[in-house]
Formats: sequence, structure tokens, C-alpha cells
Amino acid sequence: MADMTAPAGGPVPEARRPRRSAAAREGIAGWLFVAPVVVILGLFMLLPILMALWVSLTEWNGQGSPFRAGVPFVGLDNYTRLFTEEGLARQDFMTSIRNNFYFVLIVVPAQTVLALGLAVIVNSRLLKGRTFFRVAFFFPSVTSSVAISVVFLFIFANSGAVSRLLELVGINGPQWFSDPRGTLHLLLGALGLVDPDAPPAALTGGGPFGLSWWEWLSGPSVAMVTIIVLVVWTTSGTFMLMFLAALQDIPVTLEEASRLDGAGRRQTFRYVTLPLLKPTLFLVLTLGTIATWQVFDQVYVMSQGDPAKTTLTPAYLSYKTAFRNFDYGPGTAISFVLFVIIVVLALVQRWVLRDRDAVPRPGRRARKGKA
Amino acid sequence: MAVSTDAARRSTREGRRTGDSEGARRLASTFAGYFILIFFALVFLYPFVIQIANSFKTEPDAAANPLSPIPDPVTLNAYEKVFLNTDLPLWLGNSLLVTIIITVGRVFLDSLAGYALARLRFPGRGALFSAIVAVIAVPGVVLFIPKFLVLNQLGLYNSYTALILPVIADAAGVFIMKQFFESIPVSVEEAARIDGAGVFRTFWSVVLPMARPALLTLTIISFQGTWNEFAHTLVAVQSPELFTLPRGLADLVSGSLGKGNQYPLKLGAAVLATIPVAVIFVVFQRYFVRGANEGAEKG
Repeated sequence: MADMTAPAGGPVPEARRPRRSAAAREGIAGWLFVAPVVVILGLFMLLPILMALWVSLTEWNGQGSPFRAGVPFVGLDNYTRLFTEEGLARQDFMTSIRNNFYFVLIVVPAQTVLALGLAVIVNSRLLKGRTFFRVAFFFPSVTSSVAISVVFLFIFANSGAVSRLLELVGINGPQWFSDPRGTLHLLLGALGLVDPDAPPAALTGGGPFGLSWWEWLSGPSVAMVTIIVLVVWTTSGTFMLMFLAALQDIPVTLEEASRLDGAGRRQTFRYVTLPLLKPTLFLVLTLGTIATWQVFDQVYVMSQGDPAKTTLTPAYLSYKTAFRNFDYGPGTAISFVLFVIIVVLALVQRWVLRDRDAVPRPGRRARKGKA
Repeated sequence: MAVSTDAARRSTREGRRTGDSEGARRLASTFAGYFILIFFALVFLYPFVIQIANSFKTEPDAAANPLSPIPDPVTLNAYEKVFLNTDLPLWLGNSLLVTIIITVGRVFLDSLAGYALARLRFPGRGALFSAIVAVIAVPGVVLFIPKFLVLNQLGLYNSYTALILPVIADAAGVFIMKQFFESIPVSVEEAARIDGAGVFRTFWSVVLPMARPALLTLTIISFQGTWNEFAHTLVAVQSPELFTLPRGLADLVSGSLGKGNQYPLKLGAAVLATIPVAVIFVVFQRYFVRGANEGAEKG
């Protein structure tokens, strides 16, 4: 391969020609260098998406090629069934959207706050052993999601580690993995607002997209809480590292100056540190949202969507529809809808981020004021 | 705990020396800082202690004392069963084979492409780079069924090729390598080119040796990512002979051994799946950190 691209011309006499062909040769070399990556990404990223768009318009059942004649073409039916037609397909899909929505709603803020809090403490100059703590918090992020899910199955098992810990403080824990009760329902019940066993007819009577208001307002189920805990526990470490890198970029003098100016520690954090962390904060929120809408491995290992479909997520539902029920068309349609959800959310967050970036950063002003 | 009391004592001394409320406040916040750090270190690490300890317990012991870090009695029963009664040795072999090929492939192909995008002028370079960035942004979960469709259409489904080929190059790795190559001075390469070395030879014997830190980072994040990969195996293979460790482990938990508990055995298998990445993590910790932060810049 070295010979192939080695210059062929002699040195001086052909000085003019090689210069022109050197550019051509560099062009060829360039394409040869990128060719393997282009072929693989084209074959296994671009082509699949195009094929899947076609399959999502059919009722292909996995037999033979989806492109031969005779595969029933159904147009947008697989999509409309998810939104407008009464039936099991819509019920399951909307349930999965509800479950994942509550999952994102709790996991993203929880992991962001935990990651930021840990980063601030680990970054503190007064403490020793920061490397150890940094490594300890990050370690869960690098391990296998399947292996960790197995560990959490054991930890949350009936009369397992978590139940024992709760017993120590006098709480009789639930049977985590077989408990489909919604935590918001339980909370409303505990507050005496509604009776979870006999919810008000106004809420059970109707609601959008085939689920009643009462069902939409379930909150994550008790079983889903275990997956929430697992994911917050696994991903906080990665985000902590991002915050830590951003914190270390903030000049120490800046925070010291603000302290000298009489700002308390909390004020310094609120008005000096936090504004400088804003880009990282938005990045962490965006990455967190994108990742949590794709939760799959943990659901596969820990619950398979059970109990009572309360841990079903769109990613798992799409897999199950295609590979367990052999309904490839509907399964693919679900994954494209999920794709759209993720892209829209990412764009919205990006727009918010860009908006904030245009505002002059307080940090710069503070620095100028100091000088 | 020893660390915290030690530091607290030291701070106490400082506090007395300054003898004002500032010292007392600093002591209190140092103490609170350690308390929080140690609490969360326990939260983050104790599950691994539980995992390891219970894999060495008998089944009744694991059921009766799940929280205890000390097996009583210590038994290797779970590991014997894992190796003799399950296909774990096979999965381990598959995982090693697949992970090594993919890691070597990714490091080589990603740096080739990254170098071309950073240094070589060729028509379509800008468009190609935009396409690579766009590919990074495609959520992986959306590609499950599509990837299966292509593998099925090409007749590759359920083969080692299906496990390896679709993931042997990755856009994020290309991006990392491109960023790195742009950061090193161009003069060295120019000298090599003037001496008559071809593009590939310059890349291979001049540029790559300078890229060792970036190559190591990419090697480590590729190894970690591939070793832990689960979802891709679901759409690539179905025969148990082709299972990798995560896939086999998921299978072990969800079915083939029945719904019986057998927790020591499952936890032992999980320990074996965790060990390689854990060892690499401890040895190359700072490269993991760099990988995570490169991910941040990428976004």
C-alpha cells in the first residue's frame, strides 16, 4: 500500500508535472483513506434507514425479502395506527410514551443535579483523595449495562439488599419488580386527594390517545423506579466528569475575586460559577435527554416491559413488535416516531442553548470589572 | 472513615491557629464534604461489593444475607457451575474475538479517515465531514431494525461477520482522530513528503507514532464500548454459539436456566463480564477521563 501512493516521478526534471499530479494523487489517496469508513457507514447506517423507511410502509412479516412483489403495501397505516386508531397498537405505544416520559422527567434532572453536586465537591481544593472519589463515581459508567442490571435485579429482589436497608429504618418495602402501581397515584392516595382503588370518574372517563387521564397521570410505576435508580446511578459519573472539566477551566482567581468582593460561597456559586457552567449544563441536559429516550438494555434484562406494561418503552416496544411478534412494519414505524421525538427534542434544546450563548457572558464582564 | 477524621483533625488544628469563625466554618464544610463524598462512594461502589461477595456465597446464604460483604461459607460453587453448566466459556471466547477485531479495525480505519479529513485535500471533503457529524447524531436505538434488515438482505444475519462488520468503523472515532491530527504540527509531515515518502508511508511511519495518546484513548473507548455492547448482538445473531458475553448473560438471566433464583451463579457471570473493563479502567483511568471529555467536546 505504501508503494501504491509513493511518488513515481523523478526529482528535478519533471518538477512542473508532479506538482499538478501531486494534487490529483492526494485526492485519490484521500478517497482511498476514507473509503472503508464511507462504505461501512453507508452500508450499515444510511442504507438501513432507507430500507427501514420502506418496510415501515408495509406489512412484511420477516419471510423472504421485503422488496419482492407480494409484500403488502399499507401506506401510512402503521403510523396512523399509533396515533388515531383505537386499538392495542395505540394503547401499547401511548403507554410506552407515558412510561418513558416519566422516566426522562425524573432521570435527567436527578442525574444532572447529582453530577453537578459531586463535581463541585470533588473539585474543592480543601479535600484530599479527589482522584479516588472521581474514579469511584465514574466506575459504574464504564461497566456493562447487562451485568449491572443483573446486580440490580439481585439488589432489588424481594427481601434483597434494598428491602433489608428499608427494614432497618422501619419501612416495609414493596415487591419492586412485580409492582405496577404508579408512584403519582400512590402519592395522591397518601395525600388523601384521591383513592387509588376507586379513582374519580372524571379522570377515568376519557383522555387523549386512548389512555384515560388517570392512566396518563400514573407517574412511573414502582417497578420503573428500580430502572430509574439504576440509570441515575450509572450515568451520573460520566456527567460529573464533564462538569469537573468545565469547573477546572474556570480560573481560580475569578471565584476568589468574587469572594473578596464580599460574596458568600452560595452567591459565588450562583452568580459566578453557574453562569460559566451553562454550556456544559445544556450539553449534559441534551445528552441526558437523548440517551434516556433510548433506554433499552436495562428494560430488556430487568423487566421486559412488565409488570402490566409499566416499564415498556418505545425502544423496547419497537424491538418486541418486530422480533417477537414479527410485525416488522409497525415495529419500524415506532422506531421512526421515536427518532422524530429525539431529533425534535435535541433541536429544541439546541435552539435554547444558542439563544443563551448570544447573551454576553457574565463571566467576561466580571473579569473585565476586575481588571 | 479514617481519612475523614484525619483531615478533620488537621483542619481543627488550622482552625485553632486562626482561631476565628472562618476556621470553624471551614472545618464544618470540610467535614460535610467528606461525609457526602464517602456516602456517595459507598452508594457507587457497594453494589459491586455485593456483586462479588454474593457470587462466592451459597444460595441460602445469599438469600438470607444479601447485604453482608462476607460470604459464610466461602464457596466457588457458582463459578464451577458457570464454567461447567453454561456456555459462558464460549461467550467469553466470542466476546474476546469480536472485541479485539473490532477494536483493531476501528483504530486503524478511524485514524485513516480522520487523517484524510484533517490533512488531505480531496473533492467532497467538507460534505463528507458534515455527513460524519450527522451520523454521530443518529440515535443508535433507531437503527436496531434497519441494521437487521440490511444484514438479512445481504445474507449476513447470524454470523461473526454480522457481529463485526457493521460496527468496525464508527463516526465518533473518526471525529476524535480528525480533531487530534489537526492539533499536531504539519511541518513534520511536510519534511517526510519532501524526502519522497508517499501519503500512506507518511501516515504510517511518521504521523501515527506521534498520535499514540489519541490512539490509546480510541483503543480503550472502543474496547470498553464493544465489550459491553448488547443491543447490536440482538439484531445480528440468534444462535447461542454466536452469543457474546452480555448477550449470553442476558439470556442466562431471562430464561434458559428457568426462573429459579440462582443468584450466586448469575452474579458470578456478571463479575466475569465486568472484570476485563474494570482492570483496563483501573490501569488506564486517565484515558477514560479523556474519552469522556472528548465526548463532551463532540457534542
